[in-house]
Amino acid sequence: MAHTTEPTPVVRALYHDDDVLISAVKEIRAAGYTISEVYTPFPVHGLDKAMGLKETRIAMAAFMYGVLGLTVAVTLTWYMMISDWPQNIGGKPNYNWGMNMPAFVPILFELTVFFAAHLMVWTYLIINGLYPGSDAQNPDPRTTDDHFMVELPAADGLVDVLKKSGAVEIAEA
Amino acid sequence: MFVFTSKMKLLAGSLTLVGLVFLLIGFNTDYSSHAAEGHGDAAAHSEGHDAAAHAPAAEAHAEEAHAAESVAADHASEGHEAMGHEAEGHGAVGHDGHGASHDLSANRPWAAFLVNSIFFLGIGIGTLFFLAIQYAAQVGWSAGLIRVFEAVSMYVGIPILGILFLVVTGGMHMHHLWHWMAEGIMDPASANYDPIIAGKEGYLNMPFFTIRTLAYLVIWAGAAYLLRRNSLREDALPAGQNLFFTQRKLAATFIVLYAVTSSMSAWDWVMSIDTHWFSTLFGWYTFAGMFVTAMTVLNLLVMYLRINNHLPWINANHQHDLGKFMFAFSVFWTYLWFSQYMLIWYSNIPEEVTYYLPRFKGEYKPLFVAMVAMNFIFPILVLMSRDAKRIFGFIGLAAFFVLAGHWLDHYIMIMPGAVGYDYGFGFAELGGILFYAGLFLWVTLSQLAKAPLKLKNHPMLTESEHFHQ
Repeated sequence: MAHTTEPTPVVRALYHDDDVLISAVKEIRAAGYTISEVYTPFPVHGLDKAMGLKETRIAMAAFMYGVLGLTVAVTLTWYMMISDWPQNIGGKPNYNWGMNMPAFVPILFELTVFFAAHLMVWTYLIINGLYPGSDAQNPDPRTTDDHFMVELPAADGLVDVLKKSGAVEIAEA
Repeated sequence: MFVFTSKMKLLAGSLTLVGLVFLLIGFNTDYSSHAAEGHGDAAAHSEGHDAAAHAPAAEAHAEEAHAAESVAADHASEGHEAMGHEAEGHGAVGHDGHGASHDLSANRPWAAFLVNSIFFLGIGIGTLFFLAIQYAAQVGWSAGLIRVFEAVSMYVGIPILGILFLVVTGGMHMHHLWHWMAEGIMDPASANYDPIIAGKEGYLNMPFFTIRTLAYLVIWAGAAYLLRRNSLREDALPAGQNLFFTQRKLAATFIVLYAVTSSMSAWDWVMSIDTHWFSTLFGWYTFAGMFVTAMTVLNLLVMYLRINNHLPWINANHQHDLGKFMFAFSVFWTYLWFSQYMLIWYSNIPEEVTYYLPRFKGEYKPLFVAMVAMNFIFPILVLMSRDAKRIFGFIGLAAFFVLAGHWLDHYIMIMPGAVGYDYGFGFAELGGILFYAGLFLWVTLSQLAKAPLKLKNHPMLTESEHFHQ
């Protein structure tokens, strides 16, 4: 909190149950307010839909990383085993890459998975600002334990809506 | 309540009848004439066979086939037989003298019927296994679909009866689909004697083979019947009472038995066609293909029921999960297929590699490659994205190719060993498809119509209704 200077004042409402949180999020949005962030101690199932978040595009990224991994694997096996230093292993044909391909399938598979998985995790962490050395963005440490916090820009009549939705604590900052 | 309309009855009945007529035509066709007629092709292909004879032991045979053709062009069918011979794996042991006494082309309609029996058996047994898993693992999301699984699994007995028919006719020497059934093959005094096959007599003999087929019929159809019966009984119980744990014990028992019988049935019905050859992965490989087939048919059936508003408590999330099974097990099938192929390709031992010579080097290569593309590349590209598994058009498109691909997979498993290169797609093949498809529609839809599509007292029903992702 100390690290960020916010030009517009925000309201933070705390809840202590995930079911209450989801219904509260729906009520707040139905009343016409925009939620900027929700902090939870664990992933809450269905919260992304209740908040109306855009569908993630990480799957598309993962697919492209997989294709990249496959390309790297093909290049690697071709250069090492066919082009640069052809090796006769078990008498398998190595005149061109295609003839020797079945022997490379485990490598193709592993590198595809390796690239897709690792780059997907890094992408996820960077997009979410969780890269090493980044500042903690959690305004209240209780949201890492047993509380759920909804953060939204201050507006008229908002506090009433929040109270009605079951908030246990409301703070303006 | 689902109604088995007279329109659907007409469709199912006419499919069965047309299929039966086609089968009769297929069985009364002389396939050896086909062989002679198409022989110009076969001669051209034999060039490829010489190239194919990388495996040292198979080489002698390929040459023999070639010689037979070049010596007397009008004795074409002889050369052809010798080729079929190689396909059977005899090349590996240098087993001569068979071809003259037994014409592989006569096996064609029987082999076609076996292909269709195994393919349609996959739909029934795959679904039955899936149903058993739902109980054994106490699955929540699928509770609203149990009746659909039950209806499909009730079909399991019919294809086994078809296979039983083939077993009995094979025992009566009406065909030699399973090569070890050939006369005199286990008899040292006979010209047909094959010491390797004779060594397998303890397992591959008619009485035991028939008993095993009957045992699969009893265990599989019995489990399907009992699960269905208990489920109907559960509906009659007062609200709040259920037979869930009875079903669970039954399902778990079936799964244990199926673990053994699934592999054994694959060895018996499919692998023993290529009697010399063996693969330790074969049972799982066959199972994976059957399971994908079942998942695909379930996807189509659930899609059909949802479009016609019979399953209002089932939404896109349930369909998505079924789609995931179809996608995941397509990949699993590819994994097993490749594991089997790569080990044999890498070790390159004559007795193993003969299986892949006709399939990957011989005439079957285009079919073989197309089959792998349809069963792997197609589902992985069409079904990978999340949305595709929720849109009927994509599911239907993928389903068509996966079903065709797995039919072709069974075709390529069975045909090279059973008929050599006298393969084709005619009345016998098409008839079997129509016949079994008609029976499938009849059994499944009439079972669906017999009871409400929603269970009454299943404990996971609420969970299934609120299922989302």
